[in-house]
Amino acid sequence: MAKRTVEVELSTTGLDAQGRPQRVPIITNDGGSAVAVEAPPSLEPELEGEHMLINIGPQHPATHGVLRLVLELDGETVVRCIPHIGYLHCGFEKIGEYRQYNQIICWTDREDYLNSIGNNVAFALGAEKLFGIEITERCKVLRVIASELSRIMSHLVWLGTFCIDIGAFTPFLWAFQRREEIYRLLEKWIGARLTTSATRVGGMAADIPNGWMDGLRQFIRTFPHTLDEIDRVLTRNAIWVGRTVGLGVMTPDEAINWGLSGPMLRASGVDYDVRKDFPYLDYETYDFEVPVGTSGDVYDRYLVRFEELRQSVRILQQAADRLPDGPVNIDDPRIILPPKSKATSEMESMIHHFKVVMEGPRPPVGEAYLAVESPKGEKGYYMVSDGTAKPVRWRIRPPSFINLAAIPKMVEGHLLSDVIAINASIDIVMGEIDR
Amino acid sequence: MSRFEVVRTGASATESQPSTPKNIPHRGAPANPSGKALQDKFGARINRVEVIWGETVAYVAPGAVKEVIQWLRDDPSQRYDFLSDLTAVEYRDAEVPIEIVWHLRSLPYRRFLRIKTQIPKGRPLEIDSVYDIYRAADWLERECYDMFGIKFKGHPDLRRLLMWESYKEGFPLRKDFPLRGRFSRSEQLRQALAQNPEARYSMEELTIADAFQELPEEMKKRLSKGERTGE
Repeated sequence: MAKRTVEVELSTTGLDAQGRPQRVPIITNDGGSAVAVEAPPSLEPELEGEHMLINIGPQHPATHGVLRLVLELDGETVVRCIPHIGYLHCGFEKIGEYRQYNQIICWTDREDYLNSIGNNVAFALGAEKLFGIEITERCKVLRVIASELSRIMSHLVWLGTFCIDIGAFTPFLWAFQRREEIYRLLEKWIGARLTTSATRVGGMAADIPNGWMDGLRQFIRTFPHTLDEIDRVLTRNAIWVGRTVGLGVMTPDEAINWGLSGPMLRASGVDYDVRKDFPYLDYETYDFEVPVGTSGDVYDRYLVRFEELRQSVRILQQAADRLPDGPVNIDDPRIILPPKSKATSEMESMIHHFKVVMEGPRPPVGEAYLAVESPKGEKGYYMVSDGTAKPVRWRIRPPSFINLAAIPKMVEGHLLSDVIAINASIDIVMGEIDR
Repeated sequence: MSRFEVVRTGASATESQPSTPKNIPHRGAPANPSGKALQDKFGARINRVEVIWGETVAYVAPGAVKEVIQWLRDDPSQRYDFLSDLTAVEYRDAEVPIEIVWHLRSLPYRRFLRIKTQIPKGRPLEIDSVYDIYRAADWLERECYDMFGIKFKGHPDLRRLLMWESYKEGFPLRKDFPLRGRFSRSEQLRQALAQNPEARYSMEELTIADAFQELPEEMKKRLSKGERTGE
C-alpha cells in the first residue's frame, strides 16, 4: 500500500505567522483520494474506568428521526451499540393487503418521504411487472425524470443535514434552496409537493403541463453551479476531512455480506448499481457513470453521493432531450381510467370508470419482485397476487433498514461524536425503516 | 492502487450489457442456469423450479434451506453473495402453507434467484437461520419473526424488532390478525399508559453496562425474578 502525505491548502481562510495561507497535511493514496490516518497508539495508559450507558434519541435532531441508540461507552469510545427502531411503525404492509394496487401508491409516498415520487415510480413498475404491462415510451422518460429529480432532492436533504450534524451551516441553506425549486417543479406537474402519488399502474396521474420542460432545463442549467459552490466549501475543507476520513469503514466483503446497497455499498468499492446491473426504464440507454469509492468511510460516502448528484443532472439532460411525444398511459380501459370528459359523456367510458375505481384492476395469479436504485440503495417491491384486486402480500425491501442494521459494526471503536457523523452518512429515513 | 481492491461486479464484470427486460411472459421463460444446477446437485430436496415473470423460483424442502443457500453462496459457479430480501407470505386461503422467501443476487454473474420454502399448516413455524451466511439476515429475520412468528433456529438474538418487547397481541402480518389489532382501542391505550417509559431498558442493555446495581431495589427484585422491564 502506497501512502503519501500531501499538504492541502485550507479552503477556509486563515493565514499563518508568515502571512501565507495555512496548509494542513492530508494522507492520500496514489489515486489522490484521502485515506484514514492510522490511529496513534493510545496515549493514555488503560484506566480501570466504569463503562457508561448513554441513550441517544428517540427524540434527538441528530438521529434523523425517531431512532434510538443505546451506547455503551468506555470514556468517550463506543464499546457497544444497540439500535432500537419501530417508533414509526404503522403497518404499511398490512394495510396494503386491504387496498387495491392504485390505492397503495399513496402509501408509498409516506414510507421514504424524501423520495416519494421515486417510490411511486418503483411501485408502479413492480405492479406493472405483476400485471404484465409494457408502458409507453413517453411514460418511461417521464418516470426517469421523476426518479432523478427525486434522487437529487433526497441527496440534497442528506447533504444539508449531514453538514448540520458536522457543524457546517451554510451548505444546508444552499441545498434546501435548490430543493425548493424541484418542489415547485413537482407542484406544477402533479399538484403536490411532498406526497406526490404521481404514478398509476400503466401510466402517470398527469402529463407534464405546457412549458414545464423550460423550468426543468433552467434547473439543469443552474444546479451545477450550486454543486460547484458546495464542493468548493466542503470537499477540501480541513475540518470536513478531519471529521469524516477513516470513520465507519466497511470493507467490500463486509459491505456485501451485511447487505448494504446504494452509495453505502459503492463507497466501499463495490461497483453495483441496479440501474446498470439489473436495468429498468431503459436506463442502459442513458450515458452516465457510477461513482465508486475506495476506502468505504464516511468521506467516500460523501464523495460518492456528491458525484451521483452530478450524474443525475446528466441523466436529466438526456431525458429532457429525448422526451418523445405520444400518449402517457397505456391503452387498456381495464387498467387505466378514461378521461373525465369521456366518463361523464359516454356510457362505455362511464362503465370502465366505475369498474376501475370500484373493483380495481386485477393481475393474474403470480408474484413479482422489482428493485430500483433509490437514493438510499436497492429498493425492492415484492408483490404476491392471488388473482384478486388486492395483493396477498406487499413487501417493501427498505434499503435504509438494512443499511442501518450495520451501524453497530460501523460505530464500535469510534468516539461518541463520530457516531453522529457515521449515522448521518448512512442516509436513513425512519419512515422507510419502520414502515 | 487503492486501500481496497475495487470489486468489479455487474456492469464491468462481463462484456455484454444487460438491457431492460421486455415482453416477459407470465410463465415459461427460460430459467436461470442456477435452477438446473440446483436440481442436479440437490435432487429431490428441490421440490420444483419454475419461472414467473422472468424470475426463477426454486422451491426447497424446509430442512435443506440452509445447505442450499450455503452452496449457492460458496460454489464458484453460483456466487450468490448478496441477500436482497427475506420475508414470508401467508395466503388468504387457509389451506395454502406459509411460505418463506429469500431473494438472492449474484453480483459477479448478475443473476437473481428466489428461494422459497413451504411450511405445512400445523407444523411449528421453524426454519434454519442464514445469519451465519449473510449478516444482512440479522434484522430481516428479526422482522420476520416479529411480524409472522417464524422462529429462525440459530439466530443469536431473535427479539422483536419493530414492535416493542412486551407486545402481547401476536404477529401482525398473519392473516388471522385483524387490521385494527386484537384489543380494543381503550385496551391498547390502557396498556400503553401502563408502561413505565423510564424502565424501558431491556435486561441485555442493563447487564452490559453494570447499570443493574444502580437500579432501585424494587426494580432489581422484579428483574431478578426474570420479569422484563416495562411490562
